[in-house]
Parts: sequence; structure tokens; C-alpha cells
Amino acid sequence: MIDPPSYAELISGLNWSLSERELGYQSGESLNIGWMCSDRICRLGQAEKLALVWEDYLGNEKRFTFDDLRVLSNTIAAFLVGLDIKPGERVCIFLDRVPELYIGFLGILKTGAVAQPLFSAFGDESLFVRLADARTSAIITQKKHLHKVRKIRDELPELRHIIVVDARESPLQAREVSFQMEQAPRVEDFTVFPTTAESPSVLHYTSGTTGQPKGAQHVHYSIVSQYLTAKWVLDLRPDDIYWCNADPGWVTGTSYGIIGPWANGITQVVLDSGFNAERWYEFMEKRRVTVWYSAPTAIRLLMKEGNELARKHGLSNLRYLASVGEPLNAEAVIWSEEVFGKPFHDTFWQTETGCIVITNFPGMRIKPGSMGKPFPGITATVLDPKTYEPINQPGVAGLVALRPGWPSQFRSYWRNEAGFQTKFKNGWYLCGDRASIDADGYFWFMGRDDDVINTGGHLVGPFEIESALLEHPAVHESAAVAKPDPVNMEVVKAYVTLKRGYEPSLDLELEIMNRIRKRLSPLAMPQEIEFVDSLPKTRSGKIVRRILRCKEFHEPVGDLSTVMNE
Amino acid sequence: MDELSKMVRDYVIKEYLEEGDEREVTETTPLISGGIVDSFSMVSLKRFLERKCSIKIPDADATPQAFDTVQSIVALVRRFQQVPVA
Repeated sequence: MIDPPSYAELISGLNWSLSERELGYQSGESLNIGWMCSDRICRLGQAEKLALVWEDYLGNEKRFTFDDLRVLSNTIAAFLVGLDIKPGERVCIFLDRVPELYIGFLGILKTGAVAQPLFSAFGDESLFVRLADARTSAIITQKKHLHKVRKIRDELPELRHIIVVDARESPLQAREVSFQMEQAPRVEDFTVFPTTAESPSVLHYTSGTTGQPKGAQHVHYSIVSQYLTAKWVLDLRPDDIYWCNADPGWVTGTSYGIIGPWANGITQVVLDSGFNAERWYEFMEKRRVTVWYSAPTAIRLLMKEGNELARKHGLSNLRYLASVGEPLNAEAVIWSEEVFGKPFHDTFWQTETGCIVITNFPGMRIKPGSMGKPFPGITATVLDPKTYEPINQPGVAGLVALRPGWPSQFRSYWRNEAGFQTKFKNGWYLCGDRASIDADGYFWFMGRDDDVINTGGHLVGPFEIESALLEHPAVHESAAVAKPDPVNMEVVKAYVTLKRGYEPSLDLELEIMNRIRKRLSPLAMPQEIEFVDSLPKTRSGKIVRRILRCKEFHEPVGDLSTVMNE
Repeated sequence: MDELSKMVRDYVIKEYLEEGDEREVTETTPLISGGIVDSFSMVSLKRFLERKCSIKIPDADATPQAFDTVQSIVALVRRFQQVPVA
């Protein structure tokens, strides 16, 4: 096996056309991710190679070859076309990590429709906001989550089809239809819709400081970035057994849990299970995982369970480890070297970038705690927050910014051009994070540049939480801010003032927490609620979250001249 | 099933089991690894136990392993029922 090229060699040699060549794509031709990840791999002579080994928490197993991916995604595509789903329409995937999610994703793309994956732990309110905004035509779900869809479907006139993958004999209601992937007649031949490089492919929702979540619109050309970064950053090689434990309701789970590995013809394994350290180690041992893409929250939870548990399992197959979602602390890198004999490689990117943009990749010296360096083909810098000019002095904090134009860059926010434009200044795309660059060119993460809360690697917007809090009859005003957390980096904390007649109590706190968890998601649930008499506001009456956040992080609050009642 | 186990199980079913989830929750049903309770939601379950049982569970003891079944949760509660609340 040839060693991967050094950072300097990569920098000098790379442009994205290398990826185009390897994918067999020529500018102006049709380009369809669904076809690229299944039919193309079969044509390369790997039809019988395992594409997916799926296991649930009870140990039940299913295996799919690349030919199965091809045929079953055809089958789903044909079913959708039969429902009159048209190219460009949004089809939501609202499933746990079942095979229908992964294969259905390819099937949707083959029809030319846009895949809209959503985290299955979302409550009905979070689901509603995203389906209404996207004007989604169909949703693929399972019995377990059907009740959430039923609660909101009457307010979603454009949602024509609710496809249930495990209904069997369950009675279905209006607009609902049963589809059992493995029992359906297999469709050997399906005419894949001739999408082009700029055809919309995936719509992933992400949160900002203001307003409801925004849909980051990606296109089929994104595969050019995802293919190459999966190969070089995650170091995927033909014989690897790859495990990405991210949920495809989030961008990592699609870019590197579906597109990246399968575009490379890699066998991946999926565990449809919640976190359990013993179970995870058993899974990696049993499946002989060689490359593992995880997240700092999971790594810190594993650290909490102790080194002995890891050492009990035969994990010698593990060859390469990477992490995403939030900065990986130096302790976690050092821990992994101790326990697995190799470090986790931190990767930095986000929903809007579609692919890894700043990273520690094979052959690079890792500085524990650093984000790494820009991937070749990506121009990254930190900008002065006032002038939006690059900061050339090492160690000085600024706004992380990327020069637009890489293949998987999002093309817009869905129906939100104004929001899209605010992300660009002075010819740079602003990531919304602050960092510094050291003298060796390594980036060091410092925090978000806005009020968005990064909890367990997922961005949660304060507005969505505050809106849900205000729906509680006891809540008068609220502010949701980040609070530091040793496992999740940040968690949500809510400051709440109560209406007349309500008193703070533990019961009330628990009631509000559970309400937010069910309406929005467990991620959005405040892990703590502090009842206060008043919230800090500007003279114009706007709540100043910054002060509350600084209080949580024990940071100086800065200029308070515009604040009225601090 | 004793009173404490029943209280925990009933609360899990009421608060965390999805309406369409037809699984039976017993004392040994995996809650965290089975996807019924996730690591974020554990905080509200912990808060409930502390409130109902008048105990304080240190964060270090509130691990996904300790919350993975009704049985393990009950064992955790019993351990702290013997410790006076500070």
C-alpha cells in the first residue's frame, strides 16, 4: 500500500479536477449522486462487494451489496415516481438509522427529487417548521414516528404522501402509503433522472441566531468534494470497513455516512443503537472496523467509561480515527493514543460547506487541540471582524472564512436569499466561528461568533427554543444561551421569567424541559432552567443574550452602555 | 416489580417512549442503547429521579451505562438513597 502524500505534496498537486477524473465525470455531462454511489460502483466490477452491514441494538443484522444498493434504490425511485414525485420536489427522510434511510437517500436522488433528511428525534414542532419551509411533497418514515407526522399533516397541504416503511398490517390513514423496501418487487432497470452538476440534491436544515432554521441547499456536484475528502482525509482504502456513527439526519451522516464512502466503493457498517460504550466496542470488534469517524461528545463519553473497557475488546483492526462536530480537546487526542494506539484526527466543517474544509489528515503532524490546516483546494483564513480583511499575525483571533467556490459549497438557503447573502463579506464566506492561526498555519478554534449553541456537535438556534418556551402557559419571557459542558462542549440553558401567578419550582422546571424535548428535540431541551425576575435588555427592549452567555462562561461582558436593566 | 421499578418504568413509558413504538418496556429493556432515552434526555430523567426520590445523583455517576435499564436506574437510585442529600 502506498503511503498517502504529504501535506506539501497535496497542496502542490491538488485541484478538484482530480476528483472529477477519478469519478469519471466530465463537465457538462449528467451527474447524479444516487447513480454514482451505486450503479457506477457496480460498473467498476464491484457489484458483489458489501456496501452496507447494518445491525440494530439487539444484534439483528442485514447485509447489502453494491448491486443491492443499485436495485433497491431503483425500487424506491420507481415507487416515488409512481407517486408522481417530480424532479426538484423535496422528499423528507424521517427515519432511525434503518437501511431504508441510506438506500432511500440514493433512491430519492435518482428521481431528481431533493433529499431532505431530518433527525428522527425531532419533535412535531421542529418537524413542522422544516417541512413547512421546504414545502415538502413526501415524507418517508416509520410507525414509531408516524404520530408526529399525523399531528402536523393537516397544516401541511403540500405534503401529499406519507410513506411508511414498516407498516405491514397496521391501519394507515389519509395520504399514508405502505412501502416495504425488501418485499417490494425489485426494479432492475430504472432510468435515472439526468441531473446536472448544479441540480439540487440535498436540503439540510441548520440553525442560526435569528429566525427559524435555514435549509442549506446542496447540488449534485458536491460529490466531487465529498469523494476526495473521504478518500484523503478519512484515508479510506478499498479493503476498509468504515463506521461513521453520525446520524444522517445531520450533514455528517449524509456527506460521510452515505456519499463519501459509497462514492469510493467502501464497505460501511451501521449500528442502529443509542450510545452504550460496551456495545460500541463490541460492534467495532465484531465488525472489524478499520476506519472510524466519530464525534468529541461520543469520545468523551467513552473516556468517562474508562480505559479498561476499551482494552477488553480486540480493536487492533482500527487503523484510522477521525472526529467532527466540535473542537476535539487535546485530552481526547492523547487518550485515544493511549487506548487505541493512534490519535483522533479532528476535522472542521459545517452544513453549509458540505465537506471537510480544515483538518488534520494522514501524514500531517497533529497538534492536539488544533483544527489542523485547510484541505488542499480550500482557501481559508481568519478575518478582522471590523474590516473583514485577513489577519496575517499568528495567534490573533478572527472570523473563520473560506474563499467561495469549492464544489460542495451550499448554493443558497432555501427561499432565504437575504440570509444567504449575510454569510458573505468582502469576497469571503463566513463560517460563524472564531479562531486563530499559529505560525505553522494550524487553525485553533475559539468559539462561535454568534448566539448559536453547539451542543454535542449540533447547532441549536436560540430563537427556536425561546419560541417554544413562550408557548408554555407559565413563561413570560425567555433567553436560551450556551452553557459549558464537559461532555457536550455546550448545552442549552434557559433563563425564564414567569407570568404572574406562577412560582419557580423543580416540578415546573421538569415540565418545561420535557415539553421542549418533545416539541423540538432532546438536543434543544434546556439542561438547566434558571428562573429570574428580569432579563437584560437593550433600551429598545431586545434581550441581550450575550450577557447571560458571558455569565455562564465566566467571561467579561464588555460594553454595557446599551443595556437597560443589567 | 417493586414500587420504585414500576415508578421508573411508568415514567419512561409516559415521557420517553414514542407513541408509535410498540416495544414492551421491562426492567431489562435497553433504554439508552435501545434508543428510547438518549444521552441528552437523561438529564430530565435524572432530574425526575432526584425530585421523586429526594436524592442527588452526581453527574459523574449519571452515565449512559447507569441509565441503560430500569434495573440499573433503580440500583443507582438505591445507592444514593443511602447517601444524605447535601
